[in-house]
Amino acid sequence: MSKIGVFVCHCGENISATVDCARVAETAGNYDGVAFSVDYKYMCSDPGQNLIKNAIKEQGLTGVVVASCSPRMHEPTFRKACAEAGLNPFMCEMANLREHCSWVHEKGEATTEKAIDLVRILVEKVKYNHSLNEIKVPVTKTALVIGGGIAGIQASLDIANTGHKVILIEKDPSIGGHMSQLSETFPTLDCSQCILTPRMVEVAQHPNITLYTYAELESLEGFIGNFKAKIRRKSKSIDEKLCTGCGLCTTKCPVKKIPSEFNEGLGKRTAIYVPFPQAVPNKPVIDRANCTYYIKGKCKVCEIVCPTGAIRFDQEDQIMEVEIGAIVIATGFTVKQPDFFPEYGYGKFPDVITGLQFERLASASGPTLGEIRRPSDGKIPEKIVFLACAGSRDPAKGIPYCSKICCMYIAKHAMLYQHKVHGGKSYVFYMDIRAGGKQYEEFVRRAIEDDGVNYVRGRVSRIYEKNGKLIVAGVDTLLNAMPVEIDADMVVLATAGVANEGAEELAQKLHVSYDPYKFFAEAHPKLKPVETNTAGIFLAGACQAPRDIPESVAMASGAAVKVAALFSKDELTREPIIAVVNRQAPPVYSSCVGCFLCVSACPYQAIEKEEIKNRNGEVIKSIAKVNPGLCQGCGTCVAFCRTKSIDIQGYTNEQMYTEVMALLNEY
Amino acid sequence: MAEFEPKIVAFVCNWCTYAGADLTGTSRIKYASNVRIIRFPCTGRIDYMLLLKAFDEGADGIIVSGCHPNDCHYTSGNFHARRRWIMFRSLCDFTGIDTDRIKFSWVSAAEGAKWADIVNATVASIRELGPYTDYKKIAKYPEKEVTHG
Repeated sequence: MSKIGVFVCHCGENISATVDCARVAETAGNYDGVAFSVDYKYMCSDPGQNLIKNAIKEQGLTGVVVASCSPRMHEPTFRKACAEAGLNPFMCEMANLREHCSWVHEKGEATTEKAIDLVRILVEKVKYNHSLNEIKVPVTKTALVIGGGIAGIQASLDIANTGHKVILIEKDPSIGGHMSQLSETFPTLDCSQCILTPRMVEVAQHPNITLYTYAELESLEGFIGNFKAKIRRKSKSIDEKLCTGCGLCTTKCPVKKIPSEFNEGLGKRTAIYVPFPQAVPNKPVIDRANCTYYIKGKCKVCEIVCPTGAIRFDQEDQIMEVEIGAIVIATGFTVKQPDFFPEYGYGKFPDVITGLQFERLASASGPTLGEIRRPSDGKIPEKIVFLACAGSRDPAKGIPYCSKICCMYIAKHAMLYQHKVHGGKSYVFYMDIRAGGKQYEEFVRRAIEDDGVNYVRGRVSRIYEKNGKLIVAGVDTLLNAMPVEIDADMVVLATAGVANEGAEELAQKLHVSYDPYKFFAEAHPKLKPVETNTAGIFLAGACQAPRDIPESVAMASGAAVKVAALFSKDELTREPIIAVVNRQAPPVYSSCVGCFLCVSACPYQAIEKEEIKNRNGEVIKSIAKVNPGLCQGCGTCVAFCRTKSIDIQGYTNEQMYTEVMALLNEY
Repeated sequence: MAEFEPKIVAFVCNWCTYAGADLTGTSRIKYASNVRIIRFPCTGRIDYMLLLKAFDEGADGIIVSGCHPNDCHYTSGNFHARRRWIMFRSLCDFTGIDTDRIKFSWVSAAEGAKWADIVNATVASIRELGPYTDYKKIAKYPEKEVTHG
């Protein structure tokens, strides 16, 4: 026979103002199996908790129902109190009298009736609760960082410096990401590569970091503390141990006209190439799609000139399996590409370029060695127009959000142009100037006031060519929407920052959610910005939303601390709210008939086939089995099961049907 | 005669709608008191036999609510719930169970006001439909045969 204690909380007046708590406690005290029932002003206070603890000890309670606030608020508090009094914490249930009753209804009979119903439901449920034990799982203290941009670099270094192992994978031949492409950074105008490359070298030399470039995540299984990842190391067609990075092969390669990804197509590279001079690792890869040998079957110039014989044409992709305990996603973002802006003539006019291309033009390591020269004829543009919000904040283009970094980098671009082209004229078309950040607004003012950049508030409707000039037609909304036409030599589009291609696919591999724009979703917009909804997987940088460098770095350090906290323990505990398949004595073994519908229902691949064998080792029955480490406790399998053989602890069929019946018997 | 007060059972998921209803509370938005929430880990957990059980036990209306598509805490539980609802609805139509008495909706943890609206709308529509006494006619149990020894 159950001996249940009911503890009705007044929550000061939060509950008692509209609910007659004494009547609730009195009514509950009359239910079958209720041994003790009381109301008290603050159940979560020390005396309140002691009331519960003493009742458990004195009355020998087998179950507890606390009727107070939402279990999302105080369930841990009351479970802990029960545990301290020697009652299994999972024998405690909470009736939500505050959020679901007293706060949302007026004072009156109906409200008290509802409170009584809510308590009754839980009293009946708790009769069918079982003692459960928290699940303990070991932690593999190695982190996987996906993406070697500034966020991934920072996260890797921070985790590695706490003494834990890190595996950093990067899909490109070198780490560095977008930051390595930038010329200068706002608002200080310090050289991007000068501050980044020492970090890149630190990553390569750190004893706790294993770096795999030209590598991508193939698949992931497992759960927090115990992930198993398969990593595809794409063939670089060289033996990295033998290659010294002398670069002779890249100078001799006959295929020299491949648009360089690093230079955003403004420069050229060879088929065997190092993406940029400061690349880490500074060893080449062969781009098989463009290599003459792979296309025509002959050439092998690189193999002939290589002094160490490091070229391996027959090298294949390697699939590597690693065990890790946590993951930081730092895959970054990309910018919208040509075909997106037909009205701006991107792709049609060579002198309409993206912001990222302008970075390469302004960079001392870029194709023009830092001189601003237009791509079509190499002339220095005398008049340049920058267009903010190219795609961003444009619901018609499907990008209603602000890309956040453009206002700042446009001010920087215009400033760099003014510094480099004396006497040049620069215009910025903008919607609003969003310069929230330390020293940011001052930076924009400097561009306008000290460097004489002309800011025009208005949108550009189209760009067309006339007499060798690019005519930028827009309006100035500060002059009563007066039409403006500027005959420019070059136009730079601040193209919207968007999620990487393949972000969706990666999210599905990792079982993390993403927002409507395919940016990875944080667990909570305010309080859990670096966590994902999947335990043990964290976010850093622009893969979550467009971010600038300081934010990406801060986020990466935040994610690293979360990983370090996870690795500070040898074991993790988690709630035992998981599914189980019933087992019975032979010859039945289980009511499961082995249809495995549950396997197809499970979002976590947590259900496996279990074979029951007789003494001779012959399989006599095949049934489902839940892996308690993988199961997250959604219970989808339970609703699927035809024979009611699988059930979820804490929300069993018995409990849920009891709740429905208990409610309606007296409702 | 006092106005008919419908009995409404709400089957909600823990992560979105339960939290959304909590937010209704913390925002002090008032709504009709004719609803009783039963908490599930996920709408994917909701065996629709429970809905029939609720009608059988005398419920006049039912709300099933969980996370919006793509927002499921468990990735896909709400998709299972939705598919199951489509199937279940045609079964209800076939057997003559009044699907107007079942409200299927998505309420996120941020939609406290939406939860109040859904409850109020459901209560109003069920009030109009009246007590669900017809269910007993559909679910006719065979009379127990009395056997004499």
